Amino acid sequence: MTLFATAPLAYSIGTSFLQVALLALGGPLLLGLMDKLRARAEGRRGASVLQPLRDIRKLMTKERLHAHFSSAVLPLAPIVLLVATVVATAITPLASTQPTLAPSADIYVIVYLLLTGSIALALAGLDTGTAFGGMGSSRAMTISALAEPALLVAVLALSIQARTSNVPAIISRTLSHPTMLSSPTRLLALVAILIVVIAETGRLPVDNPSTHLELTMIHEAMILEYAGPELGLVTVASAMRLALLFALVANLFIPWGIATNSSLGSLAMGSLWLVIKTSVIAVGVSFMEVHRAKLRLFRVPELLAGGFVLSVLAVVTGLVTR
Amino acid sequence: MDIALVSLALSLLGALAALILKGQARVITTALIGVAACLGAFGAAIGVLTSGQSVSFHSALLLPLSGVDLTLDPLGAIFVAVTSLVGVASCIYYIGYARGESGSRLTMSMFMLFLFSLLLVPMSSSVMTWMFAWELMALSSMLLITTEHRHHTAARQAALWYGVMTQLGAASILLGFLIMAAPAHGQTFSLLELHASGLSSLERSAAFVLCLIGFSSKAGAVPLHVWLPKAHPEAPSPISALMSGSMVALGIYGIIRVGETLLGGGALWWWMVVSSLGVMSALFGALHATTSTDIKRLLAYSTIDVMGLVLLGVGAAGALAVTGHHEVAHLAMVAALLLIVAHSAFKGCLFLAAGAIERSTGTRNLDQLGGLLSRIPFTALLFAVATLSVMAIPLFSGFSSEWLLFEGLLGGFVSHNSATSIAMLVSVIALALTGGLTAIAFVKAFGIAFLGQPRSINAAEAMEVAPSMRVAMFILCVPSLVLGLAPGSVLPLLNRASNTGLHFHSSSPLARSTSLILLSSRGSMEPLLILGIALTTSLALWGVLAKIARRDVRRVASWSSGRDVLTPRMQYTATSFAEPLQRVFVDVLRPDNDLDVTHESESRYYEQHLAFLNRVDDTIESSIYQPLINAVRRAGTTALRVQNGSIHRYLALGFIALLVVLVVLA
Repeated sequence: MTLFATAPLAYSIGTSFLQVALLALGGPLLLGLMDKLRARAEGRRGASVLQPLRDIRKLMTKERLHAHFSSAVLPLAPIVLLVATVVATAITPLASTQPTLAPSADIYVIVYLLLTGSIALALAGLDTGTAFGGMGSSRAMTISALAEPALLVAVLALSIQARTSNVPAIISRTLSHPTMLSSPTRLLALVAILIVVIAETGRLPVDNPSTHLELTMIHEAMILEYAGPELGLVTVASAMRLALLFALVANLFIPWGIATNSSLGSLAMGSLWLVIKTSVIAVGVSFMEVHRAKLRLFRVPELLAGGFVLSVLAVVTGLVTR
Repeated sequence: MDIALVSLALSLLGALAALILKGQARVITTALIGVAACLGAFGAAIGVLTSGQSVSFHSALLLPLSGVDLTLDPLGAIFVAVTSLVGVASCIYYIGYARGESGSRLTMSMFMLFLFSLLLVPMSSSVMTWMFAWELMALSSMLLITTEHRHHTAARQAALWYGVMTQLGAASILLGFLIMAAPAHGQTFSLLELHASGLSSLERSAAFVLCLIGFSSKAGAVPLHVWLPKAHPEAPSPISALMSGSMVALGIYGIIRVGETLLGGGALWWWMVVSSLGVMSALFGALHATTSTDIKRLLAYSTIDVMGLVLLGVGAAGALAVTGHHEVAHLAMVAALLLIVAHSAFKGCLFLAAGAIERSTGTRNLDQLGGLLSRIPFTALLFAVATLSVMAIPLFSGFSSEWLLFEGLLGGFVSHNSATSIAMLVSVIALALTGGLTAIAFVKAFGIAFLGQPRSINAAEAMEVAPSMRVAMFILCVPSLVLGLAPGSVLPLLNRASNTGLHFHSSSPLARSTSLILLSSRGSMEPLLILGIALTTSLALWGVLAKIARRDVRRVASWSSGRDVLTPRMQYTATSFAEPLQRVFVDVLRPDNDLDVTHESESRYYEQHLAFLNRVDDTIESSIYQPLINAVRRAGTTALRVQNGSIHRYLALGFIALLVVLVVLA
């Protein structure tokens, strides 16, 4: 359990680079995979898995269009979103437990980095001065504000088990005490975190990523005025965020495969396992999406409240059984 | 102590100067004297904090019968430093702000007396000195709230509420002190502390609860907060900054001073009560901040919310100290103190910026603002920094302190005492929920006020405020950045204050560093390294974008659903932004919605006129205070029957009273 002192600086920086690169490429691919699976399940052929990457490449070379009345916030917000997501990816243990800043890979820091991205996009939605932008921002912020506390409390349950809020330490401790995984605390926390992840990544039943129907859209309404390279950045960042949350869930609940020592071989295996674990979760989520209808907007808080209650129960069972 | 005394004298001199001088000379001279007083006090406080040596002063002459006792110890010095920081900014701001009533003789001298009393409270070290300073603070601030009562009649109501609440609080504190002073045969704090162990546990608890009622009312703790959202918005903005940044924090100071230092920690349930007050305040304040549309009212509710978080820290520290987990207790206390310092700077800045918005546009109503970013970019930038701080965005001061608080609460789970564990759990839940709600409130405040299209002509024609006001806002922005990027730099000072406050001495739970590195449990928060990664990423991104993306931007109309124009009225307002959340918490907020539709005479399918009204009142005020006020009023009306104007009846009553007294005595 000697965790932080051992990793050489070059290794941990390299790990961070690898994670960011994996998620920057893998995020859009994950979106493509989920769309493909969904299309197949619905009896369509669907676009290629590579389609999101092609879309992003096309968007990056298009003309930049800004709405009248918009300010510097509109072009800045995608950058803030992307940078916050990259920082979170760089410090979160995904392929290895020793990325840069492993001692600072605190769950509180990660949650607030994600919130920073949400806030940047919400401000951009208000910046255009349109009804849709405001609507999207208001709804997205309401969902974020209810989802992030549930995430924080759910991970608190794991933190109390591991006696630290440091994610690499939580994962290492789980690896050394695998019986923890079958404890009621873990199971309750898993369900709570899954609900939060669905809400935060804007998947069904909370938000439908492929709709532009004004009554129901949330994320799409907020970014309606984006076009060209800025839309490309938002897409990359949102895909990375999705991949990051899936990968975090994977590592918190199926920690095996993650590299725990600083050899290159285990890092390669860690990356491979990361891809497999994350894809498995993506497959699961997309099958669930096929079988679920979107919830009415004002029923979403009830779902999130359910997640919140589960996370509190997870902490309570953890305290009772320790 | 000399410097501290000189600065106290200077602030009194300022009050005198405000009475004598005229016109612009009065404003500038008074403000500059105020700045000098604050700088002196700041120096004295930092001196005490760096050396760890308390300094004292006693004079039998200054206050009849009891004399004046002043002691500046590290705990008090933190609050003196906070006051002088906000004080410097407020004084500078005042130079450009003073106009009409806010520059009048009475207001200026009260401003200086208010500053004097704010500096005096944390230095007081005897019951009489304390009560003198406390009451002076209450009276001067009450007069300051009424400054603009000619234009805003709400100010009169606000001052009345404030006056009543603060006087009841002061009476309660005085009773608490009396219980402590009775066996001490003296009234200095050192005597009180020495003889506190001689009190029975019932007496000690009574003293603590009485003091807690008074102090938590000053700190804006729910349910004693009702005066705060009324009083903060009505006071002139620099006064609001001082009230929110400093006066409210003195309530917390009182709780620490009495509960930990004078009474030596007491029982576990004391701190459970403090934690519960914190939970209620944090959630209630954050929730009401999201639905407020008056920008200063929003800030006032946010003050209640942050003070709630501070109370969580103080409560956790107290509870952990009682159960013997000294190191974690120390961590929670340091977190609470850091949050107080951070809050005073960012909330001070926000109140000053709200004043600047009010000056530039003539309104505080968010629903009439919009698009201010292009009109007043400097104010917008400073408002943004303070907003990021209060939303606890990493790299800003709010985040450093809330992270430390989170770690303190998490560390609190080491205690296997079930009551403590439950308190910690509920505190973490409150902290987490508050984070999300605060984000909504301040995205709304910044987004609606500064982004989009202007919603009124005044907002479209807003002008940047006077340079002195901008300098003042800038001063208060600096601590948000410093404490965000190098929070560890103030830790040695906070450690000393925390050790003075708690009744034991514990080594620092954090490593000596500019970042926050926990020694006991693994974990750290290193803002400079996070900033490094963020900057590297931004540079790389910029490099890539410069290669592949085009630079020129074309301005196009935004999507208007097929209509020709998008009018400003089609934008979301502050009210509509908070509507989904209001719907979620409808049982707590109990909003008052009113929809008035006038139909065309030809067909009911066409409307002529639509009026929608949404009001969210303080539920605690309407469900607890209003019935109480009504009951008192009814009792008064009933008692009025005795007073019918007949002198015979009064004489008869006097005679009966005399008889009763004689019978009782016999």
